[in-house]
Amino acid sequence: MTMPVTQCLIKLHEAHHNLEDYQGGVPRWCTGCGDNSILAAVQRLCRDENLAPERTVFVSGIGCSSRFPHYMKTYGFHGIHGRAFPIAQGVKMARPDLEVFVNTGDGDCCSIGTAHWIHALRYNTNLTVILHDNHVYGLTKKQASPTSPRGLKSNTTPRGSTMEAMNPLTVSLGVTNASFIAQAVDWIPELLFDVIKKAYHHRGFSFVRVIQRCPEFLPKMFEPWLHDPGRTLLLTHPNGLTISPELSRTYTNQIAHDPSNLDRAREIASSEDPIPVGILYHNPAVPCYDDLRAVSPMRTAEQIRAGLESELDKVTVWPDDDSPVRRVA
Amino acid sequence: MTEVATLTPEPVRAPSLPAKLRDAETLSEHIVEVISDSGEGAQRCGQSLGAIAARTGNGIWTTEIIPAEIQPPARSVAGASGIRIRIGTKKVTNGGDETDLVVAFNEQVLIGRVRAGELKPGAQILLESMWREHRDPKIVASYAETVDSLKKAGFRVYEVPLERECHKLVADPRKGKNMFVLGMLCNLYSLDPKLGHEQVALTFGKKDPKVIKVNQGLLEAGYAWAEQNLDFKYRIPAVRSTEPQIVVNGNTALALGVLASGMDICAMYPITPATSVSHYLSDVFERVGGIVHQAEDEIAACAFAIGASYAGKCAVTVTSGPGYSLKQEGIGLAVMAEIPLVVVNVQRGGPSTGQPTKVEQGDLLTAIYGSHGDAPKVVLAVSGIEDCFYSMITARKIAETFNTVVVVLSDASLSTAQQPFPRPAFDADWLAPPLDQTPVPDGAKPYDWDPVTGMTHRFVPGQPHGMHTLTGLAHDRGSKVAYDPEINEEGLRNRSLKIAALQKTLKTPPVFGDPEGDLLIVGWGSTKGAIEEAVEKMRDEGLKVSSLHLTFIQPMPSGIREILKRFRQVITIEANWADNLEDELIDQDNRRYAALAMMLRSRFLVDIDCWTQTRGQPIKPSEIVRFARAKLATPTA
Repeated sequence: MTMPVTQCLIKLHEAHHNLEDYQGGVPRWCTGCGDNSILAAVQRLCRDENLAPERTVFVSGIGCSSRFPHYMKTYGFHGIHGRAFPIAQGVKMARPDLEVFVNTGDGDCCSIGTAHWIHALRYNTNLTVILHDNHVYGLTKKQASPTSPRGLKSNTTPRGSTMEAMNPLTVSLGVTNASFIAQAVDWIPELLFDVIKKAYHHRGFSFVRVIQRCPEFLPKMFEPWLHDPGRTLLLTHPNGLTISPELSRTYTNQIAHDPSNLDRAREIASSEDPIPVGILYHNPAVPCYDDLRAVSPMRTAEQIRAGLESELDKVTVWPDDDSPVRRVA
Repeated sequence: MTEVATLTPEPVRAPSLPAKLRDAETLSEHIVEVISDSGEGAQRCGQSLGAIAARTGNGIWTTEIIPAEIQPPARSVAGASGIRIRIGTKKVTNGGDETDLVVAFNEQVLIGRVRAGELKPGAQILLESMWREHRDPKIVASYAETVDSLKKAGFRVYEVPLERECHKLVADPRKGKNMFVLGMLCNLYSLDPKLGHEQVALTFGKKDPKVIKVNQGLLEAGYAWAEQNLDFKYRIPAVRSTEPQIVVNGNTALALGVLASGMDICAMYPITPATSVSHYLSDVFERVGGIVHQAEDEIAACAFAIGASYAGKCAVTVTSGPGYSLKQEGIGLAVMAEIPLVVVNVQRGGPSTGQPTKVEQGDLLTAIYGSHGDAPKVVLAVSGIEDCFYSMITARKIAETFNTVVVVLSDASLSTAQQPFPRPAFDADWLAPPLDQTPVPDGAKPYDWDPVTGMTHRFVPGQPHGMHTLTGLAHDRGSKVAYDPEINEEGLRNRSLKIAALQKTLKTPPVFGDPEGDLLIVGWGSTKGAIEEAVEKMRDEGLKVSSLHLTFIQPMPSGIREILKRFRQVITIEANWADNLEDELIDQDNRRYAALAMMLRSRFLVDIDCWTQTRGQPIKPSEIVRFARAKLATPTA
């Protein structure tokens, strides 16, 4: 097929996207909020991957994290609390041609939406998921979340929370069909980007937990980690992350971890300190629900008519004797 | 249950005059029940009988009697599982009154039906006689005692050695006696045994041809046994339709309707009595394309359907009462964000787990006022099996035209009831247009609310220049989160106006009977057939009674106010709770009215009374007649 040069240029221009093409409204997150780092990384990913904004959908639940779609210049679905996963699964099932991302928080995913989270891992729908885990409820003004450390004083736990924190990584790694589990921290943007990029390229349910700071309610929570790079454990592997020499100078605590090793991934995930960063588990062989159960995009009126008629034939009482039903007998 | 082999031959206890020597008595209709322990195949027997009668040209209505458990204790009153088939010369629109003839596989399951008052005085009972020789003396005593008391009560009891006769043909007669009974009933109702044969072939069509042969053998044996041993026989004249008819139950009709509407994603979570819609649809979609997504819970099923609708064509989620409650937040989101969605609620007894297998119309107000805040949605109720089919096409269209939630109310009685209706002729207009992926014009907003109708387009992902973030938060025309007081009201106004816009397109429902009179009965949902039959009967007696049946309840069509005015008294008849004025504490000020009565009273300021029944059984025409006569006899205030 030939195309005039001008049209080619227009096409090229249209097909090439800048960062601004993904930047929606000015974020209303607090200054210093880790959500901003995630937004920057994701916008960069969209640009680098040259995703068509009209074919990209960000689905979220409710909470600070879930304002995310509003700050993208793509399609977005800011849903209801805890239900981002099933909404996103529905989007992907109806439209396998769309790039679908999910942004969720520790309350959204690990509390009110837990059932959906567990099953979303099992369905392994082709989605890129970012869990914005700041260990506290922000939008409702400081209540303990399932990932809050024991002893956290909050508005609902004035004498300190009484339970050990839930570990979203070990939970995820315990679910049948989990296919991509990774962790990043908002204060190492380079790796945050690398992890999200790996997640995007995995075909399946890519789950990235991002540990992020909440400057408003837990301003000092991660200071010990920020001040001591040795308390961050970088996971390196040819099939996982490769760390730049610059970053390696600061973050010397590194181990080689093969993301195909589930048992080792579970061991590493169990560590809260140092915080592991990298790809914990990756299994590209797990089948995707949306592939297994794809809706035929070519369902024509004629196919529907034929399907309906054949069903009706089975239950029809014909006025004459020469009916298909009689012929069956 | 396996002592059959030890049975000694016993003379048949049925009267000796063979049926072939007697002419078949001609009837205009008859109600027959087959009652058994769960798992003995009474329902398959009854459905087959219904299908044979329908193919003969009779009007039929089948009503299933379903225990809540899969394997309730054998020989228990509560475990009765079965089916009622009303066969008539004319079209049959409901399950009718009490049963004329019952085949019972043991006396215990029969007791339940007798106690519930479901048998006509003097009804004929064909009872499995093997219990008389059971090795457990308690069972023998219970059986003998029951037979005696039934006879004393005036029932005509025929003891039939079902298992012994079947044992001549099959090793496990418990499995086969339902087809033997089908043969008996074909004989008793003078139905063509050839049709019986064909029906067995259809019923067991997926199985080994040997299975079909064995069951056809049992059918023949039952037919021959009845011919030889029973002294009565009926004929219900049939008028063969000139048009092809289909015979399916309400849930199958709903599923066929989903297919015909072009919806290709159904998200659900198993719940009685809605689930069989998805069973059928799962099977069909495997062949035609489309999916039934069994979600991890009801909330996820609703959210999945919303996601699918948002990004593609309108999707459907199918549930029953408790599941419907769980979907409320999702329904509110779909209303707020203006995403088309069809929600089917096959109502059952409530609240809570209630009566999962029994009929009730308890969810009308929940359907209309459910979710939170002001969440206007469309609510329509199906009133018959044919309605179940077409409702899906209508609901899909309304949902996509108005970008709103359409709730379709069915119920447990329609879910398993079968009634023939003209075979639908497929029309490509039933389907949704292809997904719009064209670029959005410059300056267009995702919520371009029309100032008069409140209607808006929607931008579907994939449409260039249409990018926006849809949100459940209050939003402006650009879908931007807005806390401005005017903008919030603008959204509320437009979402409400859409309901009015739909209302303007609705036709006034026809009055059944004269347009004026002494009493108007208003109903909705599955009670339509029973109400109209009762009205017809009373009109034949010269009473000035008419009825009005509503399909659209939210919005309600115009013209109803004028109809109500033309009657001296108006009542609703519904299968949901209403306080009784006879109760000591209940008076006009504190009485809780039936759902539709409440709606009509508040909308039209008319003093509408109600009569309701919440026994978990379909309302009978005779009950309506009794109530209406009494109502007409009381002077109005």
